Amino acid sequence: MSALDPLRLTALEARRLLIEGEVSAAELTKVYLDQIERVEGDVHAYILVADDDAAKYATKIDSEMGAQRGALAGLPTAIKDNMVTEGTVTTCASKILAGYQPIYTATAVRKLFDDHVVMLGKTNLDEFAMGSSTENSSVAVTHNPWDLGTVPGGSSGGSAAAVAAGEALWALGSDTGGSIRQPAALCGIVGMKPTYGTVSRYGLIAFASSLDQIGPLARSVADCALLLQHIVGRDPRDSTSVELPAPVQVPTAESLEGLRLGIPREYLGSGVEQGVRDRFEATVALIEKLGGRCAETTLPHTEYALPAYYIIAPAEASANLARFDGVRYGYRAAGADDLIEMYERTRGEGFGAEVKRRIMIGTYALSSGYYDAYYGQAQKVRTLVRRDFASAFDQFDLLISPTSPTVAFPIGSRTADPLAMYMSDICTIPVNLAGLPAISIPCGLADGLPVGFQFMGPAFSENLILRAAHALERAIGFDTAPTFRAASEEAPS
Amino acid sequence: MSGWEPVIGLEVHVELATQTKMFCACTVSFGDPPNLHTCPVCLAHPGALPVVNQRAVEYAVRIALALGCTVRPRNVFHRKNYFYPDLPKAYQISQYDEPLAVDGAFDYWVGDERLSCRINRVHMEEDAAKLVHSGESGRIAGSDYSLVDFNRGGTPLIEIVTEPDIASPEAAREFLNQMRNLLVELGVSQCIMEEGQIRWDANISVRPAGSTTLGVRTELKNMNSFRFLQQALESEIPRQTAILEAGGTIDQETLHFDPETGTTSSLRSKEEAHDYRYFPEPDLVPLVMDPAFVEEIRAAQPELPAARIERFVRDYGLSRYDAFVLGAQGPLARFYEAAASGADPKLTANWTMGEYLAHINAAGLEPGHGHVTPARLAALVGLVVDGVISGSAAKQVFALMAEERAEPQEIVETHGLGQISDEGALDAVVARVVADNPAQADQFRAGKEQLLGYFVGLVMKATQGRANPKLANDLVRKALGK
Repeated sequence: MSALDPLRLTALEARRLLIEGEVSAAELTKVYLDQIERVEGDVHAYILVADDDAAKYATKIDSEMGAQRGALAGLPTAIKDNMVTEGTVTTCASKILAGYQPIYTATAVRKLFDDHVVMLGKTNLDEFAMGSSTENSSVAVTHNPWDLGTVPGGSSGGSAAAVAAGEALWALGSDTGGSIRQPAALCGIVGMKPTYGTVSRYGLIAFASSLDQIGPLARSVADCALLLQHIVGRDPRDSTSVELPAPVQVPTAESLEGLRLGIPREYLGSGVEQGVRDRFEATVALIEKLGGRCAETTLPHTEYALPAYYIIAPAEASANLARFDGVRYGYRAAGADDLIEMYERTRGEGFGAEVKRRIMIGTYALSSGYYDAYYGQAQKVRTLVRRDFASAFDQFDLLISPTSPTVAFPIGSRTADPLAMYMSDICTIPVNLAGLPAISIPCGLADGLPVGFQFMGPAFSENLILRAAHALERAIGFDTAPTFRAASEEAPS
Repeated sequence: MSGWEPVIGLEVHVELATQTKMFCACTVSFGDPPNLHTCPVCLAHPGALPVVNQRAVEYAVRIALALGCTVRPRNVFHRKNYFYPDLPKAYQISQYDEPLAVDGAFDYWVGDERLSCRINRVHMEEDAAKLVHSGESGRIAGSDYSLVDFNRGGTPLIEIVTEPDIASPEAAREFLNQMRNLLVELGVSQCIMEEGQIRWDANISVRPAGSTTLGVRTELKNMNSFRFLQQALESEIPRQTAILEAGGTIDQETLHFDPETGTTSSLRSKEEAHDYRYFPEPDLVPLVMDPAFVEEIRAAQPELPAARIERFVRDYGLSRYDAFVLGAQGPLARFYEAAASGADPKLTANWTMGEYLAHINAAGLEPGHGHVTPARLAALVGLVVDGVISGSAAKQVFALMAEERAEPQEIVETHGLGQISDEGALDAVVARVVADNPAQADQFRAGKEQLLGYFVGLVMKATQGRANPKLANDLVRKALGK
């Protein structure tokens, strides 16, 4: 076995090595467990590392499965800790689910298990996926492998950091308003949010049901495609799930010839940092060199998307999180004298500040007398946002933008200001409101930190997005090995 | 009740007799060990999602069509949010402003009067789990602990909401009784009240008789029998009337009926009313009703009790009352119709309502069960009509028939219950009776007509009641020369 570099190895290459017998599942798994051993103390990507189980399972794949091996057999995988895994503690990074042992496995994860991936562990997130920095975790703050003093983004910050830091070959995340794409951008990897409904939500602990979508985070576009290929499909247990009209293809395209790409001007507002803007513009120039035709366009209701999102998502969350009441599972406050006190103390002690903030916003927005002004209005905005996209896609094959207006920001710098934190998702949220697919790929560094580049497409345009992103990724040639800059180091100028 | 009239509306909840729950594949059951029929969905484990039970939708459409409702082409589930330990998601998946069906009517009878009550809506939802509170009160307040049995949680539930068209407690009771018959007939629920398969709340207000405006209403809860419903409404009318007559106003509140005292007490006021924060259930897509699906159900609907009662009056010449007794419930109606197809319908009706109902009630049998089959009852009626047995003998035959598995004809033969209508056989008996009573014979001949009965009685006695009474009469007169 040649020395494998977990900071550069792709899943496609790892799979080839496994199939050709150049490496065993046990050896491959050990590469990642060793890397976890080495860097996890700095990164804190995981809530739970299933090292023993992973090693045992990898050995089992090598010794017992033979020809029965699934398509992804032996590939070391990380799972965001808001997807339930039977028998493996799943907490959503919340005290209210501390020690919770699920009694079933999420469909998307089940599918990967059926393909015999090796689960390395459960990754950190903002509590109940509410946040853009992974600082709202009751367990730990995850650090960005590029600069340990900055956040990895969120809410799938643990999955993004694990992949970036070589602590996993790839990972599943979930994206409600950018929670896959924004951390992928900040950690210099690829993350994709598929069309709403293409991946079953069964077993994904709900944040905002009409927006949540599971998707892949990986070192390359092709890896994302491969992982996506194995999690999509209509699930009879999820009424909102649908079958993709065509199977997901692992892309091989190298040209963007003839592709019409729209740049929504609203996504390049004043909130976009100069470094991000520069990288974005350089990438647009590169696209043109590859034969793509870029032009400015408009999504006029973009400015209302963020406020609409911050009504709809909390409204749904306020109901989704009501089941955590201390009655059946999870945390229950001790010593309450009656039912109401038990509820109040369990939820008061079990939820963190951001979760409580959103439950209160959502409860208020749905209250009698306010429903029409808030929730009803937000739903109308959602329709307008959808129409914006529909008319843009009359003229363009795909839309492009920066994924995040900024690069990774210092830990603690936005925690006191929820609105500033909410702005992190300004470029990613509209796609969730419209239920559309989008991908973020790294397009270079600004101040030594990765910048994300986003493709957005019409519903079910996953293959088109993957082909375009793959072609661009090849041309960019971004080195995904992070720098592990210590928290105190200054960025090189 | 001087010058005031009540206005009553009902909300009826019916648990559907589907095999599985509304949103998961767990078995719908009664009386099984607690929490046996549960899964991540009906226990509201994190990440679990609901899937609509197609059969429950079908049953709901059956109900909606039977009530003459318009089945809406698109309907939407909503979340109804409130915290309680019997509601594991802390929201009930229900329907709100886009329900399954609207604008129907239900016709029912109070005595000989046919009444109609408009149906506002029929919607689908899920039942809550069952709470068992420790301690004697059986209520959560004051109990040391409470246990939750999730077997019932998620059972498909239909809510039928009426307009305030019901004008008396008695009518409310009849409405429910007949609604229950309808639901059983539709095969959508057994409606066993002891198991809570059918439950109801009532809204009631009073107004000056003849007024067309509605007063402030109260909502009555916890009436788990028809009698309690009537009692609760009957206690609420004078209470509201007294307040209004004293110049007061009614508080819009929810009242809890106490069967022990027969009175109501306030559960919560309008100000304390829940804000359920309804919003569309994002985990379910809107239900688009295929017109063909609805029409298929409409075509397969059974005959409903109201139509059947009309038909019994028309086709069998029964009185309205008899038609109602026989036609209101399917099993008895089917028994009667099967019997009446083989014998005189009116006599069969009398026998069914008389001996037969008494028998099955005493034996605790469902109509159609036991030895008395429709064919046997028809045969028995036939024997009476043909003069093979007397009416009194027929009652003996019926009693024997109820106990042993035998045809009435056989019973008549083995027990020697047939009428003696043979002149030759009776002549000898009559001659002997006359010869044994010469004094009475002389008196009769002298004009004491009343003695005819004396002689006939002796003949009957001598034949153990089997003599054909009319023939015995004729033969006695003849023997006495009159």
